[in-house]
Amino acid sequence: MRIEEHPILKFKRGKKIKFKFEEKTLEGYEGETVAAALHANGIRVLGESLEKHRPRGFYCAIGNCSSCLMEVDGIPNVKTCVTKLEEGMQVNKQKGKGELK
Amino acid sequence: MINTDVAIVGGGPAGLCAAISAAESGAKVTLIERDGELGGQLVKQTHMFFGSEKQYASTRGIDIIDILLEKLEKNKENVTIMKNTTVLGRYEDGLITAMVDENKYLKIKPESLIVATGATEKFLGFPNNDLPGIYGAGAVQTLMNVYGVKPGDKVLMVGAGNIGLIVSYQLMQAGVKVEAIIDAAPKIGGYLVHASKIRRMGVPIYTSHTVKEAVGTDHLEKAVIWELDEKWQPIEGSEKEYDVDVMCVSVGLSPLNELLVMAGCKMQYVPELSGNVPLRNENYETTAENIFVAGDSCGVEEASSAMVEGYLTGLTAAAKIGKIHPEFEEKKADYIKQLDDLRSGPVGKHIRTGIEKIVRR
Repeated sequence: MRIEEHPILKFKRGKKIKFKFEEKTLEGYEGETVAAALHANGIRVLGESLEKHRPRGFYCAIGNCSSCLMEVDGIPNVKTCVTKLEEGMQVNKQKGKGELK
Repeated sequence: MINTDVAIVGGGPAGLCAAISAAESGAKVTLIERDGELGGQLVKQTHMFFGSEKQYASTRGIDIIDILLEKLEKNKENVTIMKNTTVLGRYEDGLITAMVDENKYLKIKPESLIVATGATEKFLGFPNNDLPGIYGAGAVQTLMNVYGVKPGDKVLMVGAGNIGLIVSYQLMQAGVKVEAIIDAAPKIGGYLVHASKIRRMGVPIYTSHTVKEAVGTDHLEKAVIWELDEKWQPIEGSEKEYDVDVMCVSVGLSPLNELLVMAGCKMQYVPELSGNVPLRNENYETTAENIFVAGDSCGVEEASSAMVEGYLTGLTAAAKIGKIHPEFEEKKADYIKQLDDLRSGPVGKHIRTGIEKIVRR
């Protein structure tokens, strides 16, 4: 799902890093967002709606719409479309409203 | 607490130009941006801009950022840049609170405030419109132009305005198939030069068509469209189906300006400017004294006009607190003329109509 050749843009990708989505270990690049890395790995369902449990993906990708909220390293309601990926991150689909600890 | 002459919220095209202009006027400027990088949505604009030379026409948006950052750098003794900083609120005494890096809080006390917070994607109502794979046009641009990730394999583009047309072209540049472009309006909204280019590449554009429904279990698998009659009512039996994994919704933007509402600025719903916008004077000062506005947050237009509005507002917001640029009158007249030119002709008519409703003398 990555663009390798582009007529105008050259993508300066950062270091390759590993992170976990639920049980799976995936690869992404330093400097990209969690949502972009997941999408590049073919993962579009980031969570579910609160009442009807319908699948949720991102919509605006610039931190406005809150459709991309996930649990990242144990913290719920993280806007994954504007949160940068880090080595060893544990990213989980969020179910429910999340809990503040 | 940070004391500053002019605080600017938003580091996109309007905010960057406002910072340059206020700093050139001699004001101490604090530029606040919630993202980790400046440039706002310019960062994904790979197309060359329209307008005139003064608004960097024929230059790609991604390259305009560098031009603006260089101008900002020349004024660095007057500018403090705060990235990863989200403004949370404004209090009655003019104090602003902000959050840095998601965990530190701070207070900023500006003499005057410029809100340049931009706009957000509109949405469209149809069954299953919440399926993953249905993305805003800006999201598709971010994914492919900033991160180099394909949004999917096959796309239905909803909206034939300039953004819909330009993003369709960019999708093809990224190697993604655009099955069709549809628009509920009977006419193509964007420039015909863009539309012709896309049609020549074999993508059909259907006007008077809208989405009937999206189909899929956990993500988009199919989109069904249908035709609208002259009263905008769907015509039974006119359905077409597309096996697409992405629907790109490009139906416009709404101004983001909650901060102005919070500050008590008088607002008005103006459809020509795409939503709720502040009343203002010709200096872009709102009804709340020393609170100014620039860019899409006072009415959705193009990045070109956002930049000129930024330059103008930086100038007037600094002058209001006694930091008057030596060429104030000439510069102000030039920016007003540039804006008039950008909004001239039949294309700018609805913008002119909208602005007439909100400008107070």
